Amino acid sequence: MRTLNTETIIEPLAEAIERALTDVEDSADTLLRQAAEKETEPAAKWALSKLVENNEVAKKTCSFACQDTGLAVVFAEIGQDLQLKGMLLSDAVNEGVKRGYKDARKSVAHPLSRLNTHTNAPAVLHTEIVSGDSLKLTYLAKGAGSENMSKIYMLTPSKGRKGIIDSVVDCVKTAGANPCPPIILGVGIGGTMEKAALLSKKALTRESGRPSADKDAAALEREILAAVNSLGIGAQGLGGNTTALSAAVEIFYTHIGMLPVAVNIQCHSVRHAALEF
Amino acid sequence: MINLTLPISDKQIRSLKAGDTVALSGVIHTARDAAHKRICETLEKREQPPIELDGAVIYYCGPTPAREGEVIGSCGPTTSARMDDYAPTLIAQGAKIMIGKGKRSEAVRDAVVKYGGLYLAAVGGAGALMKSYVKKCDLIAYGDLGCEAVYALEVENMELIVAMDCLGNTILR
Repeated sequence: MRTLNTETIIEPLAEAIERALTDVEDSADTLLRQAAEKETEPAAKWALSKLVENNEVAKKTCSFACQDTGLAVVFAEIGQDLQLKGMLLSDAVNEGVKRGYKDARKSVAHPLSRLNTHTNAPAVLHTEIVSGDSLKLTYLAKGAGSENMSKIYMLTPSKGRKGIIDSVVDCVKTAGANPCPPIILGVGIGGTMEKAALLSKKALTRESGRPSADKDAAALEREILAAVNSLGIGAQGLGGNTTALSAAVEIFYTHIGMLPVAVNIQCHSVRHAALEF
Repeated sequence: MINLTLPISDKQIRSLKAGDTVALSGVIHTARDAAHKRICETLEKREQPPIELDGAVIYYCGPTPAREGEVIGSCGPTTSARMDDYAPTLIAQGAKIMIGKGKRSEAVRDAVVKYGGLYLAAVGGAGALMKSYVKKCDLIAYGDLGCEAVYALEVENMELIVAMDCLGNTILR
């Protein structure tokens, strides 16, 4: 059985976080450029051009693309033929987060006392046992503006496909300009309440704009994108057709009496990293 | 693009319409959730707030720390709605301009109309670009709050859009 000392993940994770916070994901940046090109509403076009400029400045000057460097969300896929040794995996991840956020904003506080941890730890860590003998880490910087506007809808099965799309539209409409549109949508359908929420977050780890391999999910992604972009909220809430850049749908089986739909909103500033050990 | 140099006159405020893009220069102050709470508590106790509110320009922003040799870190706007409970109090004390992102409440709109203020939107998520407009940054108060402290920022040609004019008209959908 392969073994991995968890301490070896700390530095690579820290470096990946630092890089991700200054370099917006290429696919999201490309979608933003295409939108800036196509947009016809003058105010929204102005905002989109500023966002394109921002990503260039961030890269060139090694500046954080957004000052909200977020709460660190980490998905760990642990191969069941891998034995982890050394410090607790969550401690290693948190140490990587602390080091990766050395120069970034410390945005993590206790929910009641509101006291800041001043390290940006702890991360929100999701673990999953998968096949194989490697450890995969996927990191997402999740800012408050977009996360605050995310929602869960516990629909009844009769609401069906239309109910799903209407829920996403309702969520985006309520969010308005708050989540810094143009946004990217993660939609989790099925499971239970927490499963749907987790699916919606997992959907956001997918490369922006890449359709689902599942035909039904991919069709729904296109319909959702068209529906939210006809709302007229537009970039930064300034009108036009660019409310969302893409939608990613993840589906799981659910109860005969349920239809959970979770909508997780991601802003245009997509900051991701993926590592494999 | 309309050039605005602080301090701004009431006449200038009245001349601006929702949707106008402006290049703002002068000294503005940052304050977000925690600083707003403290300022309002100070006012409630009839004590002196750490900044002169009469004519103030408040930027809803919590920057990343400055790296060595830098004036400030990335410093885009945060969601204005979270300051809606506090903003009318500050406006009543003379605060003229708010800078942030996203829609405002009816109460804020009423205060803007009553006292003749402005709400300007910065491009949300453009933290690196906003940083390039800041020429000077001084800590003014609440240093213990870290990124949520009140900083005085000297800005040059900070590009913004009038999201709500003094008549309460808004461009935000």
